[in-house]
Amino acid sequence: MATVQDIHYKDSAAQTAQAAESIPEFQDERMVLNMGPSHPATHGVLRIVLELDGEIITKADPDVGYLHRGDEKIAENMTYTQFIPYTDRLDYLAPLANNVAYALAVEKLLGIHDKLPPRCQYIRVMCAELARISAHLLGLGAFAMDLGAVTVFLLIFTEREKIYNLAEALCGARFTTSYTRVGGVMRDIPPTWLDQCQKFCDEFIPALNEIETLLTRNRIWVDRVRDLAVISKQDAIDYGLSGPNLRGSGVDWDLRKKQPYLCYKDLEFDVPVGSVGDCYDRYLVRMEEMRQSVRIVQQCIKKMPGGAENKSKEPFNYDDGKILLPPKEKVMTKMEELIHQFMLVTEGMNCPPGEVYFGHENPKGELGFYINSKGGGVPYRMKIRAPSFVNLSIVPKLFQGNMISDTVAILGSIDFVMGECDR
Amino acid sequence: MVLLKNLDLETKTRICELANIVTSQDAANKLKAKFGDLISELPIFRGELTVRLTDAEKITEVCLYAKNDLDFNYLVDITGIDNYGDDPRWTLVYHLRGLGHGCEVRIKTDVSEEKSKLPSVVSVWATANWHEREVYDMMGIHFRDHPDLRRILMWDGYPYFPLRKDFPLAGKDSELPGVAFTQVTPMAGGPFVTVAGGNSAMAREPRIRIPETDSIETMGRLERRKEIQEAHGHPKGPGPIERK
Amino acid sequence: MQAQSEIGYNSKIEGDVVITTVDAALNWFRKNSVWPMPMGLACCAIELMAVGASRFDISRFGSEVMRFSPRQADCMIVAGTVTYKMALSVKRIWDQMPEPRWCIAMGACASTGGMYRSYAVLQGVDRIIPVDIYVSGCPPRPEALLDALMKLQNKISKTPVVENLTIMNLKKAAA
Repeated sequence: MATVQDIHYKDSAAQTAQAAESIPEFQDERMVLNMGPSHPATHGVLRIVLELDGEIITKADPDVGYLHRGDEKIAENMTYTQFIPYTDRLDYLAPLANNVAYALAVEKLLGIHDKLPPRCQYIRVMCAELARISAHLLGLGAFAMDLGAVTVFLLIFTEREKIYNLAEALCGARFTTSYTRVGGVMRDIPPTWLDQCQKFCDEFIPALNEIETLLTRNRIWVDRVRDLAVISKQDAIDYGLSGPNLRGSGVDWDLRKKQPYLCYKDLEFDVPVGSVGDCYDRYLVRMEEMRQSVRIVQQCIKKMPGGAENKSKEPFNYDDGKILLPPKEKVMTKMEELIHQFMLVTEGMNCPPGEVYFGHENPKGELGFYINSKGGGVPYRMKIRAPSFVNLSIVPKLFQGNMISDTVAILGSIDFVMGECDR
Repeated sequence: MVLLKNLDLETKTRICELANIVTSQDAANKLKAKFGDLISELPIFRGELTVRLTDAEKITEVCLYAKNDLDFNYLVDITGIDNYGDDPRWTLVYHLRGLGHGCEVRIKTDVSEEKSKLPSVVSVWATANWHEREVYDMMGIHFRDHPDLRRILMWDGYPYFPLRKDFPLAGKDSELPGVAFTQVTPMAGGPFVTVAGGNSAMAREPRIRIPETDSIETMGRLERRKEIQEAHGHPKGPGPIERK
Repeated sequence: MQAQSEIGYNSKIEGDVVITTVDAALNWFRKNSVWPMPMGLACCAIELMAVGASRFDISRFGSEVMRFSPRQADCMIVAGTVTYKMALSVKRIWDQMPEPRWCIAMGACASTGGMYRSYAVLQGVDRIIPVDIYVSGCPPRPEALLDALMKLQNKISKTPVVENLTIMNLKKAAA
């Protein structure tokens, strides 16, 4: 635990306070402040107990679990398909990405995650990248709003509404989409969807540039977040950080490049890596990741097998009646498909016994599903490795020695979501 | 074996290439070479290598070796599994990854129910701290030498371990803590505290309180209220509007 | 006695003077400036933020000031799953809100526990606080939340304020 004596302050008021520490009459007890679960700037229900010495934090103890809903135990009682809506609500800023992650994990258990039809892969990649843009936007907006830049919050919501429109056109729900299924997706993309995505990409980059002009070289912003809460490379690896937090500290680790899945091998994109590891770096990494995601989406639009309207009838689901619900025309007319439908709905797909772990590059970090199956349609144990849970564990270390007003900046730059952290 | 922990990532990658950790199989072979009978390999399933450690007490040693000599510097996850009805009841699964060589290895180890204890790996990876707290919270497995083993997702004082197979999904009756937070928020003698109870919002309102004169203050307030009563003839005085 | 919710006003006859009942006036003030206290717990909080953003502007209903302090808010919008661990905080904050206060339970989780029938989730926030409006949806569309706000405004306009005060004061005098 860093003591106050070890810290060298830059401003004179703090130096005076530190000097006063040595005078016995001024030595006070530490004050304990509760940054409660209901707080405008804790990004959800997070409680942190701060021990303060004046304005400086000497000890911080995060208290999570205020949104613990028992997802893992629920998973032990549901078939794999029935659990998909619960995955939406994990990282609720990017539901499409969670859906893709979960579907890939169950498909790995079945052994088909690398045998999906190309159209399905491209659709899923587009979903994941749009979700990444959406999540980074809101993370950025909340971060900026907490530090006072309220305009940014309203600007990003305009862009997020456009992504909501895309999601709604895709599957009917703007927000908690439940779009993917094990073995494919719920339905093919609508004919005009790719045009809508292209239009979004064209409008998004100028909007992002506008947001950057407000923040990136803004004197107040830079003063508040630069050189704050530096996470060293060694610490980032030791504490298990992932996603932009890890890359902001200079570790070049992105699951899309290092353990490629879906069709990321065929797509060209760069992975931004920071150099210093402070809050400003993490902010910059996220901004650049959004641009790279737009690049990926545009490539997918051009390369989509079958094109926008799928005139060549490319399959978008894995063709196996034992895994995915067969089309209704066949269910109503043929016996085999009827039996498949019945078994899938009542018992779920028959997964082999075994265990898999699949890590997916979610906007917040590495979302991993560890599925331990003893056969049958219901998992025996499902563990959700939530990036926000792991990212939050470094918070006590980051808070020490910083001031109360820095807590908001640090929490915003770590960018966690309590739905995921507590499951 | 060279101690890799003091070197940076680039040097380590080069050394690992020299040490020939190219696949997870290499890592498993080296583990077997070092620990002999303690390590047994399970069949590769879906491209993932799993290794079983027969003695859970050695987990810290094995992990330390994996981190320092095999450069598995990233702990992805610690999971606890309840094999209800089987003995040993608990299985712990550690997912290890090396960012330098990109290989992954899964180490499984069993703990019996009577014991329910094993050493902590917090000294190897700092991230194990919260993972082990969660395993303790959900399953009730204790980790020796853990700096701060307390509940993380449920509230302190929750009497059950929810992810055990004999715990029903709907939950069991338990007492909610009597205060909003797990520990009584320490006032540190500070001001602005809502006084519980009181007939009206005015009585509950926080005022600047000085602990030594607290009782005098309350008595003073009560007397003042009596004065208002007598002056207006109403038992409660012109109090705030209360909804019926 | 039903509170009169209309403010009868004809500018040609009355000019700049409005004649109405105290009830209607008080309720008109209250309903058009319902300041929400967003108890944003989970995913519904994101839709609540979307309602506050520019597309589904909540400020045209007078509710743009989202006060995080319960002392300054009128309506608590419980948006998201209430777990048992969080329940006491919600109750405490509800207690701190001064009257008149209302509650909107937004979404399935706040209304009835939603799809989380598990050991850690409070099956509906109405188990601990009195709820005025329930909004269904998971999450409810922003239009649904605005509809709920309009229904709340309707409810407020029908509240007999003066009558309550009169009866209460009479009771006090009698006791």
